[in-house]
Amino acid sequence: MASVLEVQELHVSYRDGEGEERAALAGVSFDLAPGEILGVLGESGSGKSTLATALVRLLAVNGQITRGAVLFEGKNLLRAAPEELREIRGGRISLIFQEPSLALHPTMRAGEQVYQVLAAHGTSGKSALREKTRQIFAMVFPEEAERIARSYPHELSGGQRQRVLIAQAVACGPSVILADEPTASLDPTTQMEILGVFRTLREKLGVAMIFITHNPALLAGFADRVLVLYGGRVVELGPAKVLGEPRHPYTKALFQCVPAGFGGNGNARKARLPAIAGESSVSALPLKGCAYEPRCAERMDVCREREPELLSVNEGHSVSCFKYEK
Amino acid sequence: MQTLIKVENLVKRYARRNPAGGQEELLALDGVSFEVLAGSTLAVVGESGSGKSTLALCLACLEEATSGSIWLEGKDICKVAEKERREMRPQIQMIFQDPANSLNPRWRTLEIVTEPLVLRGGISRDEMKKQVYALLGRVGLPAETAKRLPCELSGGQRQRLAIARVLALEPKVLILDEALSALDCSVQAQIANLLMELQGALGMTYVFITHDLGMAAHLADEIVVMNGGRIVERGRAEEVLREPREEITRRLVAAVPRLTRSPLAPIGR
Repeated sequence: MASVLEVQELHVSYRDGEGEERAALAGVSFDLAPGEILGVLGESGSGKSTLATALVRLLAVNGQITRGAVLFEGKNLLRAAPEELREIRGGRISLIFQEPSLALHPTMRAGEQVYQVLAAHGTSGKSALREKTRQIFAMVFPEEAERIARSYPHELSGGQRQRVLIAQAVACGPSVILADEPTASLDPTTQMEILGVFRTLREKLGVAMIFITHNPALLAGFADRVLVLYGGRVVELGPAKVLGEPRHPYTKALFQCVPAGFGGNGNARKARLPAIAGESSVSALPLKGCAYEPRCAERMDVCREREPELLSVNEGHSVSCFKYEK
Repeated sequence: MQTLIKVENLVKRYARRNPAGGQEELLALDGVSFEVLAGSTLAVVGESGSGKSTLALCLACLEEATSGSIWLEGKDICKVAEKERREMRPQIQMIFQDPANSLNPRWRTLEIVTEPLVLRGGISRDEMKKQVYALLGRVGLPAETAKRLPCELSGGQRQRLAIARVLALEPKVLILDEALSALDCSVQAQIANLLMELQGALGMTYVFITHDLGMAAHLADEIVVMNGGRIVERGRAEEVLREPREEITRRLVAAVPRLTRSPLAPIGR
C-alpha cells in the first residue's frame, strides 16, 4: 500500500539566544501507511515534539527546517503554499496536544468548538454542520453526547476534555492525526480509555496516527509500529514487538528503567533500578560519532569516529548501531 | 520499627459554589486513618479526585484538616499551637510534581538551598555554604550547578535540587506528591534510586502519592488505595497489587501500562 505520509531526511534546527544554530532533528526518515498507528518514543531533547510541529510546519519562530521532505499524499508539505497548508492542517492532518485545558477555548461550549473546526474547513450550510457536529459527538461520547456538547471546558473532566480535542481532530475526516503526549496529563484508567478511543477511531474511520510519547509501556498493545528517537535521530524502527525485543542499546536500557513491578519477574522490589547514567539533553550530545555513545554501555571505538546508519536487522526492523554492522 | 505517623479519622471539607449559585460541600477526605512505620514507604494510590493530594497537603500542614488527628511522635499537628506547629513543620517536607513550579525561577541553586538553612539559623555563613555543597553532592548535583538558575537545569536536576532543599531541614518524613510523574522514564529511575539511597542512609519515611502503580509497587512497603475520600484497601504493596480485592484497585491495576501486553481491544465506549 502506498504510504499516506513519507518523511525523508528531515533536518530541523533552532537558533538559540546567542544566534547559534542547534540541530534538533538530524535526518529523520520514516513512512506511515494508511490507518497505521506509529508510536514515536523519545525522552526530553530527543526531538519528538519538534517532529510533530515540523511535519505541519508549525515550528517556533526560531526553528527552521533546513533539509528534507514531508510527502503527504504525494505532495511535499515543505513546498506547499500557506493557503494549501491551512487547508491541510486541521482538515487532512490534525493535531492533538498534551494539555486539553490549554487547547480549548474556556468560554465556548464544547459543541461550538467542534462546530468551528467544521465551519473553518467546510462549505456546507449551518444546519448540515450542526448535524455533522452532533454525529461526531455521538461517536466520541456514546453516552451523554448532548450534555457534553453543551458544557464548557471547566465543567468537564480531563478525559472528557481530551475527547473534545479528539472530536475536533476527527471532525473533518483527516487521514493523519498527530498526537503529542495526548494522555500524559491523565490518570492511568483515563489514559487507557483514551487509547481505546483512538483504536476505535482507527477501526471506524481508518485514520492513521503518529502517537508521540515518552512512556514505552503505553505503546504496548496499542501501536502497530514503534519509532525510537534519540538526540534527533531515529535509533530504532520496527514492528510493535520491538517493545518486547529491543535491539538498540538505548532502547534496551530505556525499557529496563521501567520497574517490572508486581507480577513481573524483573527487578526485585526496592532494588536499584538500572537507570541510564547522564542526561539526554541536546547540549550533552557529542559533536562526532553516535549520539548515544557517551551513555552507552556497549560502546566501541568506532562509535566515537562516525555516526551509525539505520541497518536492517529483520524484516521491517532497523537499528542504527554498529553492533549490527556485518 | 515503630509508628512515626498516625492519622486518625481525618476529614477535610471544602465549600464550593455550585452552578445554581448556592453553597455546596465537597468532602475531599472522609474519615481517613492509617499508620506509617518509621523508615518505611507508604504509597497512596487512586484516581484523580480520590483525595490523595488533599491528604498530602494536610500531612504537610499546607491545608488544615476539618477534623481528625495527625500524630507525629506523640503530638497531634492538627491540634498543637501555631508556634509549636512551626517548630514541627520542618520534620514533614513535601516534594511536588513539577519542580519547575516549586523553585524560585530567579534564584540560583546556591540561594535556593541556602534559604532553609537561614530559616533554621544557628550556623555561620561559611558553615552554610559548606552544607549547601554537601547537600548538592548528596543528591548527585555537580558543584558547578550552584551558580545555575532552575531554567538552566534539566527536569531531573531540578527534582534533585528540590530534594536537596528539603534535606537541608533534616526532615523525618517526605511527602512525595507525584514527584516522579513529570519526568522521563530514564530520569524517573535515577530519582527513584536517589530516593531509595537517601532512605537507606538517613532512615527517612516516605509517603509516596502517585497514580503510577508500577513505581508504587517498586518503592513502597505498604499501599493504601483511595476512592472518594476514603481508604478502600490497604496492605503490603505486593499483596494489594497482586491480589486486589476491591473493584477500584482491580481497575487501577488493569490500567497500568506494561511493556508486555496483549493487544488492546478497541473500546466502544
